[in-house]
Amino acid sequence: MSKRLALSLALLGVFLVAAPFLFQARYAQHVLILVLLYVTLGSAWNVLGGFAGQLSLGHAAFFGIGAYSAAIIASKSAFSPWWGLAVGPVVVLPVAVAVGWICFRLRGPYFTLSTIAVGEMVRLVALNWRELTGGAVGVVIRPSIFSGTDKTPYYYIILVIAVGTVALCYVISRRKLGYFLQAIREDEETAESIGIDTIRYKLTALIISASLTAVAGAFYANYFLFVEPTVVLPLILSVEIVLMSIVGGLGTVGGPVLGAVLLKLSSEVFRNVFQQANLLIYGALLVIVILFMPEGLIGGFKKLFKSRLRKEQSASA
Amino acid sequence: MLLLEVKDLTKRFGGLVAVDSLSFAVDEGETVSIIGPNGAGKTTVFNLITGFQRPTRGEIRFSGESIVGKRPHEIALAGIGRTFQIVKPLSGLSVFENVLVGAYASAADDGEARRIARETLEFTGLGAVGDSLAVGLPMGLRKRLELARSLATGPKLILLDEVMSGLNPSESKEAVDLIKRLRDEKGISAVAGVEHVMHVVMSISDRVIVLNHGKKIAEGRPEAVASDREVIRAYLGE
Repeated sequence: MSKRLALSLALLGVFLVAAPFLFQARYAQHVLILVLLYVTLGSAWNVLGGFAGQLSLGHAAFFGIGAYSAAIIASKSAFSPWWGLAVGPVVVLPVAVAVGWICFRLRGPYFTLSTIAVGEMVRLVALNWRELTGGAVGVVIRPSIFSGTDKTPYYYIILVIAVGTVALCYVISRRKLGYFLQAIREDEETAESIGIDTIRYKLTALIISASLTAVAGAFYANYFLFVEPTVVLPLILSVEIVLMSIVGGLGTVGGPVLGAVLLKLSSEVFRNVFQQANLLIYGALLVIVILFMPEGLIGGFKKLFKSRLRKEQSASA
Repeated sequence: MLLLEVKDLTKRFGGLVAVDSLSFAVDEGETVSIIGPNGAGKTTVFNLITGFQRPTRGEIRFSGESIVGKRPHEIALAGIGRTFQIVKPLSGLSVFENVLVGAYASAADDGEARRIARETLEFTGLGAVGDSLAVGLPMGLRKRLELARSLATGPKLILLDEVMSGLNPSESKEAVDLIKRLRDEKGISAVAGVEHVMHVVMSISDRVIVLNHGKKIAEGRPEAVASDREVIRAYLGE
């Protein structure tokens, strides 16, 4: 790691820890929490979609299962909904294995279509299994441990989750698992030919990705204290998660982080500044990034940086 | 010692018999060429041995154990490496990382994998381009990378599908040298599929098998096969 990178990471760390004191307005803290939540979601999705190249459009299912786990624990038992952070990934595990078992038989766009179906199925189950989920009415959660008015504790909890997720992605990208997943993304036949059990490693990526997404979902339930199908299980949520990674840079550790920060911040800013036109501006931003930086922000910055470096070198030569 | 034993291997695609009752064997440390015109069934034979396709009939034994019905990665881990006719570099990764992915298959830990990858790059003469992206390499180097990635898995036998296709004369000479060194320095057996570069076949092979329409029409030492009447007929017509 270069000195400059270490220094900027340290500065970022200080900023993140101090942020709730720098931004005391509740709305600003709320936006920070949302950004970190989406950093988690984008990074978690990226393990499967970016590293392993399996473009899932069904991640809302894992998010929703995590959120409902927390909500149902609180409504059906005396336990705190915070237990959802641990229970969510456990509940999501059999779902992920079943999804992998069925969907990994399909490749490319067919896999993506099948994940949309999974997302919709989970949404319909949540909508109709009224005894458990409250159906369309949803579940209201009483806040536990923290009062719900002070946002600072929520900020630190999601900060730990987000940093943990990004750190895990970094470790994966540097290890055997990361290389195997990239090999699978580039060419499954080649991966098989050098001894990689593609099904096993795709499933591993899915389980990691789904579990982290469920943790984020459980946090969401504890933070918003209300869970219903159209909020935690819509297809548009899956799409939003994918967009962050694509805009930031698929298959890179920093990509989903940058994408989440840019898209979430801009969507909040646009909503305030442009009001009804906010989605129009948001859409235009997406088109611009995808047109001019097809490899995402990370890839685009790398190119800019390289060409600047080249100019400096040729100038000094 | 017998390493690979293929008996009565047959593959049908509908009405087409791509491989027809083929039997042959490869000894440890031996380089065998399978030659035959385009469509003779060479690639199908490789796909059957490496588990990418299932034989309609027949037996394939590697180190005495049947490998029919095993999945490709299991066969790779058992010690059969392969390259593809159409080279498939992992294009988002560097040359070093391409080889590293192969090395992880057999290595116990990260350090060992990196060591194997570096050694393999040196052995195949790719050391100087280790940091380049695989996607930008010229054809000759891509073919070599294909071999290096497979070599890094530590195979006992390596199947080279159309090793010479797309190579210019100097590249193909380098490829020939590399294949010879596989046997002479590493003791790795090889089965090379070659379409029609006879001087290559003559110089690398201990033994030659000639396929035509999925059937073996000749087998023997390179000089003997080159003068075989039926072989000449298959290649040149009557």
